[in-house]
Amino acid sequence: MSRALWGLAGLAIFAALGEALPRLGLISPLYAPPLSRILSLLGDQVQQPRFWTATVDTLKTWALGLLIAVVAGVVLGVAIGAVPVLRAATASTIEFLRPIPSVALIPLVSLLYGATITSTLVLVVYASFWQVLVQVLHGVADVDPVAHDTARAYRLGRWARVRYLFWPTALPYAVTGVRLAASVALILAITGELLIGSPGLGREIGNAQDSGAVPQMYALVIVTGLIGLAANLFARMAERRVLAWHPAIRGEVPV
Amino acid sequence: MLEVQGLRKVYDGHGRRVEAIADLTFTVGGGEFACVVGPSGCGKTTLLRCIAGLLPPTSGQVRVAGEPIAVVFQEYGRSLFPWLRVAQNVELPLKAAKMPRAQRQRQVDEALAAVGLADAHDAYPWQLSGGMQQRVAIARAIAYGPSVLLMDEPFAAVDAQTRADLEDLIRSVWQRLGVTLLFVTHDIDESVYLGQRVIVLSSAPTRVVENIVIDLPGERDQLTTRADPRFAELRARIYAHIKKLPSQRAEHGSTHDLSR
Ligand SMILES: Nc1ncnc2c1ncn2[C@@H]1O[C@H](COP(=O)(O)OP(=O)(O)OP(=O)(O)O)[C@@H](O)[C@H]1O
Ligand SMILES: [Mg+2]
Repeated sequence: MSRALWGLAGLAIFAALGEALPRLGLISPLYAPPLSRILSLLGDQVQQPRFWTATVDTLKTWALGLLIAVVAGVVLGVAIGAVPVLRAATASTIEFLRPIPSVALIPLVSLLYGATITSTLVLVVYASFWQVLVQVLHGVADVDPVAHDTARAYRLGRWARVRYLFWPTALPYAVTGVRLAASVALILAITGELLIGSPGLGREIGNAQDSGAVPQMYALVIVTGLIGLAANLFARMAERRVLAWHPAIRGEVPV
Repeated sequence: MLEVQGLRKVYDGHGRRVEAIADLTFTVGGGEFACVVGPSGCGKTTLLRCIAGLLPPTSGQVRVAGEPIAVVFQEYGRSLFPWLRVAQNVELPLKAAKMPRAQRQRQVDEALAAVGLADAHDAYPWQLSGGMQQRVAIARAIAYGPSVLLMDEPFAAVDAQTRADLEDLIRSVWQRLGVTLLFVTHDIDESVYLGQRVIVLSSAPTRVVENIVIDLPGERDQLTTRADPRFAELRARIYAHIKKLPSQRAEHGSTHDLSR
Protein backbone atom coordinates (compact mmCIF):
# COMPACT_ATOMS: atom_id res chain seq x y z
CA MET A 1 0.00 0.00 0.00
CA SER A 2 1.19 3.48 -0.74
CA ARG A 3 2.00 6.00 1.95
CA ALA A 4 -1.02 8.12 1.14
CA LEU A 5 -3.31 5.12 1.61
CA TRP A 6 -1.73 4.26 4.95
CA GLY A 7 -2.22 7.86 5.98
CA LEU A 8 -5.90 7.75 5.01
CA ALA A 9 -6.37 4.45 6.82
CA GLY A 10 -4.85 5.90 9.96
CA LEU A 11 -7.10 8.92 9.75
CA ALA A 12 -10.16 6.72 9.26
CA ILE A 13 -9.31 4.61 12.32
CA PHE A 14 -8.79 7.76 14.37
CA ALA A 15 -12.16 9.09 13.22
CA ALA A 16 -13.87 5.78 13.99
CA LEU A 17 -12.42 5.81 17.52
CA GLY A 18 -13.56 9.43 17.94
CA GLU A 19 -17.05 8.32 17.06
CA ALA A 20 -17.16 4.97 18.84
CA LEU A 21 -15.52 5.67 22.21
CA PRO A 22 -18.03 8.35 23.34
CA ARG A 23 -20.97 6.36 21.94
CA LEU A 24 -19.93 3.19 23.79
CA GLY A 25 -19.64 5.23 26.96
CA LEU A 26 -15.90 4.58 27.29
CA ILE A 27 -15.33 8.33 27.39
CA SER A 28 -17.92 10.69 28.77
CA PRO A 29 -19.69 12.43 25.85
CA LEU A 30 -19.71 15.48 28.10
CA TYR A 31 -15.95 15.95 27.64
CA ALA A 32 -15.56 14.32 24.26
CA PRO A 33 -18.65 14.36 22.10
CA PRO A 34 -18.81 11.92 19.15
CA LEU A 35 -17.08 13.11 16.03
CA SER A 36 -20.29 13.26 14.00
CA ARG A 37 -21.73 15.75 16.47
CA ILE A 38 -18.62 17.90 16.35
CA LEU A 39 -18.68 17.88 12.58
CA SER A 40 -22.36 18.75 12.36
CA LEU A 41 -21.73 21.67 14.72
CA LEU A 42 -18.83 22.70 12.54
CA GLY A 43 -21.32 22.72 9.66
CA ASP A 44 -23.52 25.11 11.63
CA GLN A 45 -20.57 27.27 12.52
CA VAL A 46 -19.44 27.90 8.99
CA GLN A 47 -22.83 29.42 8.23
CA GLN A 48 -22.44 32.08 10.88
CA PRO A 49 -20.77 35.41 10.09
CA ARG A 50 -19.36 35.49 13.61
CA PHE A 51 -17.27 32.41 12.88
CA TRP A 52 -15.87 33.95 9.74
CA THR A 53 -15.05 37.23 11.46
CA ALA A 54 -13.11 35.30 14.09
CA THR A 55 -11.31 33.20 11.47
CA VAL A 56 -10.35 36.26 9.45
CA ASP A 57 -9.11 38.00 12.61
CA THR A 58 -6.92 35.04 13.48
CA LEU A 59 -5.59 34.73 9.93
CA LYS A 60 -4.88 38.45 9.84
CA THR A 61 -2.96 38.41 13.10
CA TRP A 62 -1.10 35.33 11.99
CA ALA A 63 -0.19 36.58 8.51
CA LEU A 64 0.71 40.10 9.55
CA GLY A 65 2.81 38.91 12.47
CA LEU A 66 4.54 36.34 10.31
CA LEU A 67 5.24 38.90 7.61
CA ILE A 68 6.80 41.36 10.04
CA ALA A 69 8.86 38.61 11.67
CA VAL A 70 10.09 37.23 8.34
CA VAL A 71 11.08 40.60 6.90
CA ALA A 72 12.81 41.65 10.11
CA GLY A 73 14.45 38.25 10.60
CA VAL A 74 15.77 38.03 7.05
CA VAL A 75 17.03 41.62 6.83
CA LEU A 76 18.68 41.56 10.24
CA GLY A 77 19.94 38.00 9.78
CA VAL A 78 21.72 38.75 6.50
CA ALA A 79 23.04 42.08 7.77
CA ILE A 80 24.35 40.63 11.04
CA GLY A 81 25.64 37.48 9.40
CA ALA A 82 27.50 39.28 6.63
CA VAL A 83 29.33 41.64 9.00
CA PRO A 84 31.56 39.68 11.42
CA VAL A 85 31.76 42.56 13.92
CA LEU A 86 27.98 42.80 14.18
CA ARG A 87 27.77 39.07 14.57
CA ALA A 88 30.19 39.01 17.47
CA ALA A 89 28.50 42.00 19.10
CA THR A 90 24.97 40.56 18.95
CA ALA A 91 25.59 36.87 19.63
CA SER A 92 25.20 36.95 23.41
CA THR A 93 22.21 39.31 23.31
CA ILE A 94 20.46 36.97 20.89
CA GLU A 95 21.26 33.98 23.07
CA PHE A 96 19.73 35.82 26.01
CA LEU A 97 16.55 37.10 24.36
CA ARG A 98 15.72 34.07 22.25
CA PRO A 99 14.84 31.58 25.01
CA ILE A 100 12.35 33.96 26.65
CA PRO A 101 9.00 32.27 25.97
CA SER A 102 6.64 34.64 24.22
CA VAL A 103 3.81 33.80 26.64
CA ALA A 104 5.91 35.30 29.45
CA LEU A 105 5.30 38.63 27.76
CA ILE A 106 1.50 38.35 28.03
CA PRO A 107 1.22 40.44 31.23
CA LEU A 108 3.42 43.11 29.68
CA VAL A 109 1.53 43.39 26.39
CA SER A 110 -1.91 43.33 28.06
CA LEU A 111 -0.72 46.17 30.26
CA LEU A 112 0.48 48.11 27.24
CA TYR A 113 -2.21 47.39 24.66
CA GLY A 114 -5.13 45.72 26.48
CA ALA A 115 -7.24 43.03 24.82
CA THR A 116 -6.41 44.15 21.29
CA ILE A 117 -5.01 42.54 18.19
CA THR A 118 -1.84 44.56 18.72
CA SER A 119 -1.15 42.66 21.95
CA THR A 120 -1.38 39.31 20.24
CA LEU A 121 0.55 40.62 17.26
CA VAL A 122 3.50 41.51 19.48
CA LEU A 123 3.56 37.96 20.85
CA VAL A 124 3.36 36.46 17.37
CA VAL A 125 6.14 38.67 16.03
CA TYR A 126 8.39 38.05 19.02
CA ALA A 127 8.05 34.28 18.86
CA SER A 128 8.41 33.85 15.11
CA PHE A 129 11.13 36.46 14.63
CA TRP A 130 13.71 34.33 16.45
CA GLN A 131 12.88 31.27 14.37
CA VAL A 132 13.68 33.17 11.19
CA LEU A 133 16.64 35.12 12.54
CA VAL A 134 18.46 32.12 13.95
CA GLN A 135 17.97 30.09 10.78
CA VAL A 136 19.17 32.92 8.55
CA LEU A 137 22.22 33.45 10.77
CA HIS A 138 23.08 29.77 10.45
CA GLY A 139 22.54 30.02 6.72
CA VAL A 140 24.87 32.95 6.26
CA ALA A 141 27.49 31.23 8.41
CA ASP A 142 27.25 28.24 6.06
CA VAL A 143 28.66 30.18 3.09
CA ASP A 144 31.22 27.97 1.35
CA PRO A 145 34.73 29.34 1.95
CA VAL A 146 35.72 28.60 -1.65
CA ALA A 147 32.64 30.40 -2.96
CA HIS A 148 33.46 33.30 -0.66
CA ASP A 149 37.04 33.40 -1.94
CA THR A 150 35.65 33.37 -5.45
CA ALA A 151 33.44 36.37 -4.71
CA ARG A 152 36.36 38.25 -3.23
CA ALA A 153 38.82 37.30 -5.97
CA TYR A 154 36.40 38.48 -8.66
CA ARG A 155 35.78 41.73 -6.79
CA LEU A 156 32.12 41.35 -6.02
CA GLY A 157 31.06 44.35 -3.94
CA ARG A 158 29.22 44.05 -0.66
CA TRP A 159 25.81 44.29 -2.27
CA ALA A 160 26.65 41.75 -4.99
CA ARG A 161 27.96 39.37 -2.34
CA VAL A 162 24.75 39.66 -0.35
CA ARG A 163 22.62 39.20 -3.42
CA TYR A 164 24.52 36.44 -5.21
CA LEU A 165 26.24 34.61 -2.36
CA PHE A 166 24.94 35.22 1.17
CA TRP A 167 21.28 35.35 0.30
CA PRO A 168 21.16 32.24 -1.95
CA THR A 169 23.19 30.29 0.62
CA ALA A 170 20.91 31.38 3.45
CA LEU A 171 17.72 30.85 1.47
CA PRO A 172 17.16 27.15 2.28
CA TYR A 173 17.66 27.96 5.97
CA ALA A 174 15.38 30.99 5.69
CA VAL A 175 12.67 28.87 4.12
CA THR A 176 12.94 26.36 6.96
CA GLY A 177 12.80 29.29 9.37
CA VAL A 178 9.64 30.59 7.75
CA ARG A 179 8.03 27.16 7.90
CA LEU A 180 8.83 26.83 11.62
CA ALA A 181 7.78 30.43 12.22
CA ALA A 182 4.45 29.81 10.51
CA SER A 183 3.49 27.12 13.05
CA VAL A 184 4.83 29.09 15.99
CA ALA A 185 2.95 32.19 14.83
CA LEU A 186 -0.32 30.25 14.73
CA ILE A 187 0.25 28.84 18.19
CA LEU A 188 0.94 32.30 19.57
CA ALA A 189 -2.00 33.87 17.73
CA ILE A 190 -4.42 31.36 19.29
CA THR A 191 -2.74 31.56 22.70
CA GLY A 192 -2.88 35.35 22.69
CA GLU A 193 -6.55 35.39 21.73
CA LEU A 194 -7.36 32.78 24.34
CA LEU A 195 -5.49 34.37 27.23
CA ILE A 196 -5.61 38.09 26.42
CA GLY A 197 -9.06 37.97 24.82
CA SER A 198 -8.17 39.73 21.60
CA PRO A 199 -10.59 38.95 18.76
CA GLY A 200 -10.11 35.68 16.87
CA LEU A 201 -10.70 31.92 17.00
CA GLY A 202 -8.80 31.62 20.29
CA ARG A 203 -11.28 33.92 22.04
CA GLU A 204 -14.19 31.98 20.50
CA ILE A 205 -12.76 28.76 21.88
CA GLY A 206 -12.56 30.42 25.31
CA ASN A 207 -16.13 31.67 25.01
CA ALA A 208 -17.40 28.23 23.99
CA GLN A 209 -15.70 26.69 27.00
CA ASP A 210 -17.13 29.33 29.36
CA SER A 211 -20.66 28.69 28.15
CA GLY A 212 -20.23 24.92 28.33
CA ALA A 213 -20.55 24.48 24.55
CA VAL A 214 -18.10 21.59 24.40
CA PRO A 215 -18.84 20.27 20.86
CA GLN A 216 -18.56 23.81 19.52
CA MET A 217 -15.21 24.17 21.26
CA TYR A 218 -13.98 21.02 19.57
CA ALA A 219 -15.26 22.25 16.22
CA LEU A 220 -13.18 25.40 16.59
CA VAL A 221 -10.13 23.43 17.68
CA ILE A 222 -10.44 21.36 14.51
CA VAL A 223 -10.55 24.56 12.46
CA THR A 224 -7.30 25.81 14.03
CA GLY A 225 -5.74 22.45 13.24
CA LEU A 226 -6.83 22.72 9.62
CA ILE A 227 -5.34 26.21 9.38
CA GLY A 228 -2.03 24.89 10.71
CA LEU A 229 -2.10 22.03 8.23
CA ALA A 230 -2.81 24.38 5.32
CA ALA A 231 -0.01 26.71 6.42
CA ASN A 232 2.47 23.84 6.51
CA LEU A 233 1.43 22.51 3.09
CA PHE A 234 1.69 25.97 1.64
CA ALA A 235 5.15 26.48 3.14
CA ARG A 236 6.37 23.17 1.70
CA MET A 237 5.04 24.07 -1.74
CA ALA A 238 6.83 27.41 -1.59
CA GLU A 239 10.00 25.59 -0.51
CA ARG A 240 9.94 23.45 -3.64
CA ARG A 241 9.48 26.39 -5.93
CA VAL A 242 12.13 28.60 -4.35
CA LEU A 243 14.80 25.93 -3.99
CA ALA A 244 14.67 24.18 -7.34
CA TRP A 245 18.49 24.26 -7.57
CA HIS A 246 19.06 22.88 -4.09
CA PRO A 247 20.53 19.35 -3.72
CA ALA A 248 17.65 18.26 -1.46
CA ILE A 249 15.09 19.28 -4.05
CA ARG A 250 16.57 19.26 -7.53
CA GLY A 251 16.65 15.52 -8.18
CA GLU A 252 17.66 14.06 -11.51
CA VAL A 253 17.00 15.83 -14.75
CA PRO A 254 14.56 13.94 -16.94
CA VAL A 255 16.09 13.15 -20.32
CA MET B 1 54.37 41.27 -13.97
CA LEU B 2 54.26 39.41 -10.70
CA GLU B 3 56.80 39.75 -7.94
CA VAL B 4 56.95 37.64 -4.79
CA GLN B 5 59.56 38.75 -2.31
CA GLY B 6 60.49 37.08 0.95
CA LEU B 7 56.96 35.71 1.29
CA ARG B 8 56.30 33.85 4.53
CA LYS B 9 53.01 32.57 5.82
CA VAL B 10 52.34 31.04 9.20
CA TYR B 11 48.86 29.78 10.03
CA ASP B 12 48.21 30.14 13.72
CA GLY B 13 44.98 29.21 15.35
CA HIS B 14 42.88 26.50 16.94
CA GLY B 15 45.94 25.26 18.82
CA ARG B 16 47.91 24.49 15.67
CA ARG B 17 50.74 26.52 14.28
CA VAL B 18 51.84 25.67 10.74
CA GLU B 19 54.55 27.41 8.80
CA ALA B 20 52.99 26.86 5.39
CA ILE B 21 55.55 28.98 3.52
CA ALA B 22 59.00 29.68 4.91
CA ASP B 23 60.53 32.08 2.43
CA LEU B 24 59.61 32.45 -1.25
CA THR B 25 61.14 34.85 -3.72
CA PHE B 26 60.52 34.76 -7.48
CA THR B 27 59.35 36.92 -10.34
CA VAL B 28 57.12 36.13 -13.28
CA GLY B 29 57.52 38.51 -16.21
CA GLY B 30 54.60 40.18 -17.93
CA GLY B 31 52.93 37.76 -20.33
CA GLU B 32 55.01 34.86 -19.08
CA PHE B 33 53.64 31.34 -18.45
CA ALA B 34 55.14 30.00 -15.23
CA CYS B 35 54.34 26.72 -13.50
CA VAL B 36 54.73 26.02 -9.81
CA VAL B 37 55.30 22.40 -8.79
CA GLY B 38 55.64 21.06 -5.32
CA PRO B 39 54.46 18.18 -3.16
CA SER B 40 50.99 18.10 -1.62
CA GLY B 41 50.69 20.36 1.42
CA CYS B 42 53.73 22.47 0.57
CA GLY B 43 51.67 25.67 0.44
CA LYS B 44 50.84 26.11 -3.24
CA THR B 45 47.25 27.09 -2.56
CA THR B 46 48.44 29.35 0.24
CA LEU B 47 50.82 31.05 -2.20
CA LEU B 48 48.06 31.66 -4.74
CA ARG B 49 45.74 33.04 -2.08
CA CYS B 50 48.44 35.46 -0.97
CA ILE B 51 49.01 36.59 -4.56
CA ALA B 52 45.28 36.98 -5.19
CA GLY B 53 44.99 39.18 -2.10
CA LEU B 54 42.73 36.71 -0.31
CA LEU B 55 45.20 36.09 2.50
CA PRO B 56 47.58 38.53 4.20
CA PRO B 57 51.18 37.25 4.25
CA THR B 58 52.86 36.93 7.64
CA SER B 59 55.78 38.81 6.18
CA GLY B 60 57.20 39.62 2.78
CA GLN B 61 55.55 41.20 -0.20
CA VAL B 62 53.55 40.37 -3.27
CA ARG B 63 53.49 42.89 -6.07
CA VAL B 64 51.23 42.43 -9.04
CA ALA B 65 51.49 44.83 -11.94
CA GLY B 66 48.27 44.89 -13.90
CA GLU B 67 44.65 44.37 -13.02
CA PRO B 68 42.43 42.47 -12.86
CA ILE B 69 43.50 39.11 -11.46
CA ALA B 70 41.44 36.05 -12.27
CA VAL B 71 41.65 32.85 -10.22
CA VAL B 72 40.71 29.28 -11.11
CA PHE B 73 40.36 27.48 -7.80
CA GLN B 74 41.42 23.95 -6.97
CA GLU B 75 37.89 23.09 -5.76
CA TYR B 76 36.25 24.30 -8.96
CA GLY B 77 32.93 22.64 -8.13
CA ARG B 78 32.55 24.69 -4.98
CA SER B 79 33.69 27.87 -6.66
CA LEU B 80 30.75 27.82 -9.09
CA PHE B 81 27.46 29.05 -7.67
CA PRO B 82 24.88 26.24 -7.92
CA TRP B 83 21.96 28.68 -7.93
CA LEU B 84 23.21 30.38 -11.09
CA ARG B 85 23.21 28.90 -14.57
CA VAL B 86 26.49 28.42 -16.41
CA ALA B 87 26.25 31.68 -18.38
CA GLN B 88 25.21 33.58 -15.26
CA ASN B 89 28.21 32.22 -13.37
CA VAL B 90 30.54 33.40 -16.10
CA GLU B 91 28.76 36.73 -16.32
CA LEU B 92 28.65 37.54 -12.60
CA PRO B 93 32.13 39.13 -12.22
CA LEU B 94 31.46 41.27 -15.30
CA LYS B 95 28.13 42.35 -13.86
CA ALA B 96 29.81 43.25 -10.59
CA ALA B 97 32.29 45.33 -12.61
CA LYS B 98 29.30 47.17 -14.14
CA MET B 99 30.15 46.23 -17.71
CA PRO B 100 27.42 47.16 -20.23
CA ARG B 101 25.04 44.32 -21.00
CA ALA B 102 25.85 43.85 -24.69
CA GLN B 103 29.58 43.65 -24.06
CA ARG B 104 29.00 41.26 -21.18
CA GLN B 105 26.95 39.02 -23.41
CA ARG B 106 29.64 38.99 -26.07
CA GLN B 107 32.44 38.15 -23.65
CA VAL B 108 30.44 35.36 -22.03
CA ASP B 109 29.59 33.85 -25.42
CA GLU B 110 33.20 34.03 -26.57
CA ALA B 111 34.60 32.54 -23.39
CA LEU B 112 32.15 29.64 -23.33
CA ALA B 113 32.81 28.96 -27.01
CA ALA B 114 36.56 29.02 -26.35
CA VAL B 115 36.24 26.20 -23.79
CA GLY B 116 33.87 24.24 -26.02
CA LEU B 117 30.74 24.83 -23.96
CA ALA B 118 28.78 27.00 -26.38
CA ASP B 119 25.68 24.86 -25.83
CA ALA B 120 25.77 24.79 -22.04
CA HIS B 121 24.68 28.38 -21.31
CA ASP B 122 21.43 27.40 -19.63
CA ALA B 123 22.62 24.37 -17.68
CA TYR B 124 23.22 24.51 -13.96
CA PRO B 125 26.81 23.67 -12.97
CA TRP B 126 25.69 20.56 -11.09
CA GLN B 127 24.19 19.17 -14.29
CA LEU B 128 27.67 19.04 -15.82
CA SER B 129 30.53 16.57 -15.44
CA GLY B 130 33.61 17.51 -13.41
CA GLY B 131 35.64 18.32 -16.50
CA MET B 132 32.86 20.49 -17.88
CA GLN B 133 32.55 22.34 -14.56
CA GLN B 134 36.27 22.99 -14.67
CA ARG B 135 35.90 24.44 -18.15
CA VAL B 136 33.14 26.73 -16.88
CA ALA B 137 35.51 27.98 -14.18
CA ILE B 138 38.15 28.57 -16.85
CA ALA B 139 35.61 30.36 -19.05
CA ARG B 140 34.73 32.62 -16.14
CA ALA B 141 38.39 33.51 -15.74
CA ILE B 142 38.85 34.16 -19.47
CA ALA B 143 35.72 36.27 -19.78
CA TYR B 144 36.96 38.46 -16.94
CA GLY B 145 39.70 39.65 -19.29
CA PRO B 146 42.49 39.38 -16.71
CA SER B 147 46.04 40.56 -17.11
CA VAL B 148 47.12 38.03 -14.49
CA LEU B 149 45.65 34.52 -14.33
CA LEU B 150 46.22 32.22 -11.36
CA MET B 151 45.31 28.55 -11.68
CA ASP B 152 45.40 26.07 -8.81
CA GLU B 153 45.78 22.43 -9.93
CA PRO B 154 42.92 22.89 -12.35
CA PHE B 155 43.20 19.48 -13.99
CA ALA B 156 43.76 17.32 -10.93
CA ALA B 157 40.37 15.65 -11.18
CA VAL B 158 39.90 14.95 -14.87
CA ASP B 159 40.80 11.96 -17.01
CA ALA B 160 43.95 11.85 -19.16
CA GLN B 161 42.27 12.69 -22.47
CA THR B 162 40.28 15.64 -21.10
CA ARG B 163 43.39 16.77 -19.33
CA ALA B 164 45.44 16.81 -22.54
CA ASP B 165 42.66 18.78 -24.25
CA LEU B 166 42.45 21.28 -21.41
CA GLU B 167 46.23 21.71 -21.37
CA ASP B 168 46.20 22.65 -25.04
CA LEU B 169 43.22 24.90 -24.39
CA ILE B 170 45.14 26.79 -21.70
CA ARG B 171 48.17 27.16 -23.95
CA SER B 172 46.04 28.63 -26.73
CA VAL B 173 44.16 30.93 -24.37
CA TRP B 174 47.43 32.18 -22.94
CA GLN B 175 48.88 32.81 -26.40
CA ARG B 176 45.75 34.63 -27.51
CA LEU B 177 45.23 36.82 -24.45
CA GLY B 178 48.85 37.53 -23.58
CA VAL B 179 48.15 37.16 -19.84
CA THR B 180 50.71 36.58 -17.14
CA LEU B 181 49.93 33.04 -16.04
CA LEU B 182 50.89 31.28 -12.84
CA PHE B 183 49.86 27.65 -13.02
CA VAL B 184 50.08 25.43 -9.94
CA THR B 185 50.32 21.68 -10.36
CA HIS B 186 51.89 18.68 -8.71
CA ASP B 187 52.35 16.94 -12.05
CA ILE B 188 55.91 17.45 -13.26
CA ASP B 189 55.21 16.40 -16.86
CA GLU B 190 52.36 18.85 -17.03
CA SER B 191 54.52 21.70 -15.73
CA VAL B 192 57.21 21.04 -18.33
CA TYR B 193 54.72 20.66 -21.14
CA LEU B 194 52.84 23.87 -20.31
CA GLY B 195 55.26 26.43 -18.97
CA GLN B 196 58.03 28.68 -20.13
CA ARG B 197 59.43 28.32 -16.66
CA VAL B 198 58.97 25.92 -13.78
CA ILE B 199 59.37 26.98 -10.17
CA VAL B 200 60.02 23.92 -8.00
CA LEU B 201 59.04 24.20 -4.34
CA SER B 202 60.32 22.08 -1.47
CA SER B 203 58.02 20.49 1.07
CA ALA B 204 57.40 22.47 4.27
CA PRO B 205 59.13 24.67 5.36
CA THR B 206 58.64 25.76 1.80
CA ARG B 207 61.34 27.42 -0.30
CA VAL B 208 62.13 27.65 -3.99
CA VAL B 209 64.37 24.70 -4.79
CA GLU B 210 64.90 25.45 -8.43
CA ASN B 211 63.74 27.90 -11.05
CA ILE B 212 64.09 26.21 -14.45
CA VAL B 213 63.64 27.87 -17.82
CA ILE B 214 61.82 25.51 -20.19
CA ASP B 215 63.56 26.07 -23.51
CA LEU B 216 61.19 23.95 -25.57
CA PRO B 217 59.79 25.43 -28.80
CA GLY B 218 56.78 27.71 -28.40
CA GLU B 219 54.55 25.53 -30.58
CA ARG B 220 53.76 22.52 -28.42
CA ASP B 221 51.97 19.35 -29.24
CA GLN B 222 51.03 16.49 -26.95
CA LEU B 223 52.85 13.90 -29.09
CA THR B 224 55.96 15.59 -30.45
CA THR B 225 56.74 17.80 -27.45
CA ARG B 226 56.50 14.96 -24.98
CA ALA B 227 58.70 12.82 -27.24
CA ASP B 228 61.34 15.57 -27.47
CA PRO B 229 64.63 14.49 -25.79
CA ARG B 230 64.89 17.94 -24.23
CA PHE B 231 61.48 17.35 -22.59
CA ALA B 232 62.84 14.19 -21.00
CA GLU B 233 65.95 16.00 -19.79
CA LEU B 234 64.04 18.82 -18.16
CA ARG B 235 61.61 16.46 -16.57
CA ALA B 236 64.43 14.29 -15.21
CA ARG B 237 66.06 17.36 -13.73
CA ILE B 238 62.92 18.33 -11.87
CA TYR B 239 62.33 14.75 -10.74
CA ALA B 240 65.80 14.72 -9.27
CA HIS B 241 64.88 17.69 -7.09
CA ILE B 242 61.57 16.26 -6.02
CA LYS B 243 63.23 12.91 -5.27
CA LYS B 244 65.35 14.62 -2.63
CA LEU B 245 62.23 15.81 -0.91
CA PRO B 246 61.28 12.66 1.02
CA SER B 247 64.53 12.78 3.01
CA GLN B 248 63.95 16.46 3.60
CA ARG B 249 60.48 15.65 4.79
CA ALA B 250 61.85 13.12 7.24
CA GLU B 251 64.11 15.79 8.72
CA HIS B 252 61.44 18.43 9.18
CA GLY B 253 58.19 16.56 9.33
CA SER B 254 55.73 17.26 6.55
CA THR B 255 53.99 19.97 8.51
CA HIS B 256 56.54 21.86 10.47
CA ASP B 257 54.98 22.07 13.87
CA LEU B 258 56.48 25.12 15.55
CA SER B 259 54.51 24.85 18.76
CA ARG B 260 56.50 21.89 20.02
N1 LIG C 1 43.12 27.86 6.60
C1 LIG C 1 44.16 27.17 7.11
N2 LIG C 1 44.38 27.17 8.43
C2 LIG C 1 45.42 26.49 8.96
N3 LIG C 1 46.33 25.80 8.23
C3 LIG C 1 46.15 25.77 6.90
C4 LIG C 1 45.06 26.46 6.27
N4 LIG C 1 45.16 26.25 4.93
C5 LIG C 1 46.26 25.48 4.75
N5 LIG C 1 46.86 25.19 5.93
C6 LIG C 1 48.08 24.41 6.10
O1 LIG C 1 49.08 24.98 5.29
C7 LIG C 1 49.82 23.96 4.63
C8 LIG C 1 49.82 24.21 3.14
O2 LIG C 1 48.48 24.05 2.66
P1 LIG C 1 48.11 24.34 1.15
O3 LIG C 1 46.65 24.11 1.00
O4 LIG C 1 48.61 25.68 0.76
O5 LIG C 1 48.93 23.19 0.41
P2 LIG C 1 48.95 22.79 -1.14
O6 LIG C 1 50.36 22.83 -1.58
O7 LIG C 1 47.98 23.58 -1.91
O8 LIG C 1 48.47 21.28 -1.09
P3 LIG C 1 47.69 20.40 -2.20
O9 LIG C 1 48.67 20.08 -3.28
O10 LIG C 1 47.29 19.17 -1.46
O11 LIG C 1 46.55 21.22 -2.67
C9 LIG C 1 49.23 22.65 5.07
O12 LIG C 1 50.04 22.12 6.07
C10 LIG C 1 47.89 23.00 5.61
O13 LIG C 1 47.56 22.15 6.70
MG1 LIG D 1 46.25 23.20 -2.95
